[in-house]
Amino acid sequence: MPQTDYDIVIIGAGPAGLTAGIYAARARMNVLLLEKAAPGGQIIITDWVENYPGFPEGISGYDLGEKMLIQAKNLGLEISTEEVTAMELSPGVKTLHLGEKTLTTKSLIIASGASPKKLNVGEEKFMGKGVSFCATCDAPFFRDKTVVAVGGGDTAVQEAIFLTKFVNKVYLIHRRDELRATKILQERAFSNDKIEFVWDSVVTGMDGFFGVENVHVKNVKTDETKTIKADGCFVWIGTVPNTDFLTNSLELDEWGFIKADKHMETSVPGVFAVGDVRDTPLRQIATAVGDAAIAAVSAEHFIENLA
Amino acid sequence: MSSIFEIDDDAFEKEVLGSAKPVVVDFWAPWCGPCRAITPIIEELEVTYGDKIKFVKVNVDENPLTPSKYGIKAIPTLIFFKDGEIADQITGMVAKAKLEETIKAL
Repeated sequence: MPQTDYDIVIIGAGPAGLTAGIYAARARMNVLLLEKAAPGGQIIITDWVENYPGFPEGISGYDLGEKMLIQAKNLGLEISTEEVTAMELSPGVKTLHLGEKTLTTKSLIIASGASPKKLNVGEEKFMGKGVSFCATCDAPFFRDKTVVAVGGGDTAVQEAIFLTKFVNKVYLIHRRDELRATKILQERAFSNDKIEFVWDSVVTGMDGFFGVENVHVKNVKTDETKTIKADGCFVWIGTVPNTDFLTNSLELDEWGFIKADKHMETSVPGVFAVGDVRDTPLRQIATAVGDAAIAAVSAEHFIENLA
Repeated sequence: MSSIFEIDDDAFEKEVLGSAKPVVVDFWAPWCGPCRAITPIIEELEVTYGDKIKFVKVNVDENPLTPSKYGIKAIPTLIFFKDGEIADQITGMVAKAKLEETIKAL
């Protein structure tokens, strides 16, 4: 068996990474979890989680993430705030570069998650000045104002409903003529007087002096354009995988998510991908923790079978 | 509770603009998950760089004047002041390494 610093290294401390950590720690593996920023993952920008079993009243995303973190720490999981910048993956030893530092591991669980997809219509200069991906963080800055929300999935619809607690009006811009969001969220959105739907439309740009003042919208069926006066633009149009540290070493799908088999194993033996970074039909907390449990046990088996 | 010194609108001018040392101001609110999540990182940075750099927090919920003056519409926002002027500004969650880099450049 090769000599390495760790049996298992996990990248990312969202629900997937923490779950993998909980399983690996309980299996008494020599395991390290690396997180470049703060633990919790994307759920810490979610105001309320109602579809993760065990919390009948629902729970805030931050609180759920914190509970997972405490559970992992209680089991002795070693967590370090460091960023993986590059890696070399072989079926035997996996070498990770953390800036100037290097460490080796027998198996690797990638749980680096995904980030909100950008509109790419020149919104960068309005980041923090009206453009936001986090309603729970920023909605109170738009009290009694008008805002635009973009997207039609669960996140967009749930967060648009949350925005109505603060703002006067939300224009929900969606590129299709129906929502993808789950039915219970659709029902709530359709019965909310503060939400006006702008169907078949995309945001083409925005302008303003001190921050966002106008959002430009185009109907994709008629090519008709219009300008909506709004102080904010909240963007929930999907996610992109966090895989900057990968150097063409793993098989990816056409959107850059990591391909894995039913054991969550990627194209390199002993390297596993779980949660939002994986090529998966559904990205939820429930699916992330399921992926992670499978990967942690698969990693354990992989190490046992190393010659 | 956070160990970072909490200041209000009234103290901002003296504590930040009038500070001899560079100042990192963490604009936050209790409702903001990412703000709570980055607090331990800011505390770690204060332990490392606290002798050269001053770290303060402004609760935007209780102190609306200062965030409004700086046009803040998103949190967490960190503003890095040097000699009373804005040297850098970071909005949203970023890697600890990026914060460290920005602090070292002050």
